[in-house]
Amino acid sequence: MKSSVSCADDVLVSCRGVWKVFGEHIEDAIQASRDQGISKKQILQDHGCVIGVSDVSLDVKRGEIFCIMGLSGSGKSTLIRLLNKLIEPSAGQVLVKGQDLATLDGPALRNVRSQHIGMVFQSVALLPHRTVLENVAFGLEVQGVAKAERLSAAQRSLDKVGLSDWASRYPSELSGGMQQRVGLARVLTCDPEIILMDEPFSALDPLIRRQLQDEFRSLTKSLGKSAVFITHDLEEAIRLGDRIAIMKDGVIIQVGTAEDIVLNPADGYVADFVAGISRLHLVRAHSVMACHAAWGMRHPHIDLATLPVAGPQADLDELINCLVLSRREALLIVDDGQPIGIVTPTDLLRGVQGAEREARA
Amino acid sequence: MLTDMRFSPGAVLAPGVDWLNANFHPLFAFISRVVDAVLGGFEAALLALPAWGVIALVTALALVMINVRTAVLAAAMLGFCLLSGLWTASMQTLALVSVSVLLSVMIAFPLGILAARFKRFEQASSPVLNIMQTVPPWVYLIPAVMIFSLGKVPAIMATVIYGVAPMMRLTTLAFRQVPRHLLELGQALGATPRVILCKIEIPSAAPTLLVGLNQCILLSLAMVVLAGLVGAGGLGAEVTRGLTRMEMGLGLRAGLAIVAVALLLDRLSRGLLQRKPVRQH
Repeated sequence: MKSSVSCADDVLVSCRGVWKVFGEHIEDAIQASRDQGISKKQILQDHGCVIGVSDVSLDVKRGEIFCIMGLSGSGKSTLIRLLNKLIEPSAGQVLVKGQDLATLDGPALRNVRSQHIGMVFQSVALLPHRTVLENVAFGLEVQGVAKAERLSAAQRSLDKVGLSDWASRYPSELSGGMQQRVGLARVLTCDPEIILMDEPFSALDPLIRRQLQDEFRSLTKSLGKSAVFITHDLEEAIRLGDRIAIMKDGVIIQVGTAEDIVLNPADGYVADFVAGISRLHLVRAHSVMACHAAWGMRHPHIDLATLPVAGPQADLDELINCLVLSRREALLIVDDGQPIGIVTPTDLLRGVQGAEREARA
Repeated sequence: MLTDMRFSPGAVLAPGVDWLNANFHPLFAFISRVVDAVLGGFEAALLALPAWGVIALVTALALVMINVRTAVLAAAMLGFCLLSGLWTASMQTLALVSVSVLLSVMIAFPLGILAARFKRFEQASSPVLNIMQTVPPWVYLIPAVMIFSLGKVPAIMATVIYGVAPMMRLTTLAFRQVPRHLLELGQALGATPRVILCKIEIPSAAPTLLVGLNQCILLSLAMVVLAGLVGAGGLGAEVTRGLTRMEMGLGLRAGLAIVAVALLLDRLSRGLLQRKPVRQH
């Protein structure tokens, strides 16, 4: 097992052409959908099958948070359950740390689930008859770890999520946000490399949700975990995800960083989604800057060397601050000491405005 | 002629019972002996101490393991049985019910889980359970007596048939009600099916299982009383005697003692099974 880990070093979870179809005549439905490109709706009419996940291929790398964003019914919850085989794929391969889940027998699959791939649920799924500490220790209890050892590990996880004082309480005494922290502590206790998050924060109020998002991101990064995070909220995906996959009708339409998706939406559906997203922290200098030489020609009385400078990775928010405080005409973008472009107030306004830029210009 | 047409299942069943009796006599004799021995053990244990000793012991145990209220109630109920002069009969009934309920649960619990797991099995068992629950209970006494002859064993057998149905139905219901996300949690943590059953399903199903056990106890008690007719002894025999001799006093005392035993069993079983604090939302 160890050897296969090393050859698939930076890809922890990999889906290759994975399908999940619910119903009878599954083979026919997959064939019709794959070869003839028949729509999900038509497949339901012709074959009586519901397509949950349609030909999904993706790779989750070590240390990254991979967000899957889609509306309800897009198949994202089905997809995440394929990753630890809570649901069996109809076709295709799911590899966890290089191992094909389909080839594992019962004990081997349980081993993968308990050691390598943890899961946090939207409904939290705490056992009501156990204390918070016992709930957090439950994963280790299932693995047969001795009581003293598992309880002290559970206490350490509770410390990490800031709930050490609540160990002996029962889940029903905790607020929704605290319960979700317990869910997170439970998965951390088992110390898996990969954490599957199934819309964990969807039911929380906006303030708590933000707080948990930030905590989750910093915790995951500091512990060096990888995560697959399901959400229906694009803003959440952007805050958390190193990469984001947009899903619709069981198909992944686009995969990329937040900036990729916001600046270059793959189709109208994605464009509609990103239309309302604030670009202040997404759009960076290199994608709004203009040619500094041409600008210099048009403004011969301004010495470029006296302009304030910023790096190509500075986001709109920083650029606006910098420009406003300096009270100058433009910002010079400098990379490795060389000027590479210029950003004017007009560029900034267009950058904030977003994709309709060309259409209006 | 229409009037000549008769449907008489007894004509089929009676020879069937005879055949069973003739060919499986050693088996039935064995069952009879085992049940008798277990029942004898229960009875002997309950009657070994003097009445006051039993009352003190049960009250003390209820106090330690459950709570003060249950302890007071247990003392009052057992005290009533003693003061009404029906101590021995009450203990016999208690033993009969305990053994019947034990057997019913041992049969109904696994079958109930099977029915919750396999839809087909539930569909097949449902009409059988319906019949078991609607046929007047003393009808079971007839084949039971034919096979096990008079006494306590046929009474227990008839009681078990009667008690299995509610316990099995509620077991099935209880396991169906276990939230799906808890089962997913067990799987996602890599738990074996046995661990999921013992640590997730049974605790989650406990409240409904308790209702089933409660029903099983109360129905068994009703049946055990009826079984006084076939010589099972206990409070049922006292009620029968009160009825045949038209002795209002005896009948009433025996009836109230039955209520006392019912309350005692109900509260004790509930208290013991709910000992862990389950705090609901």
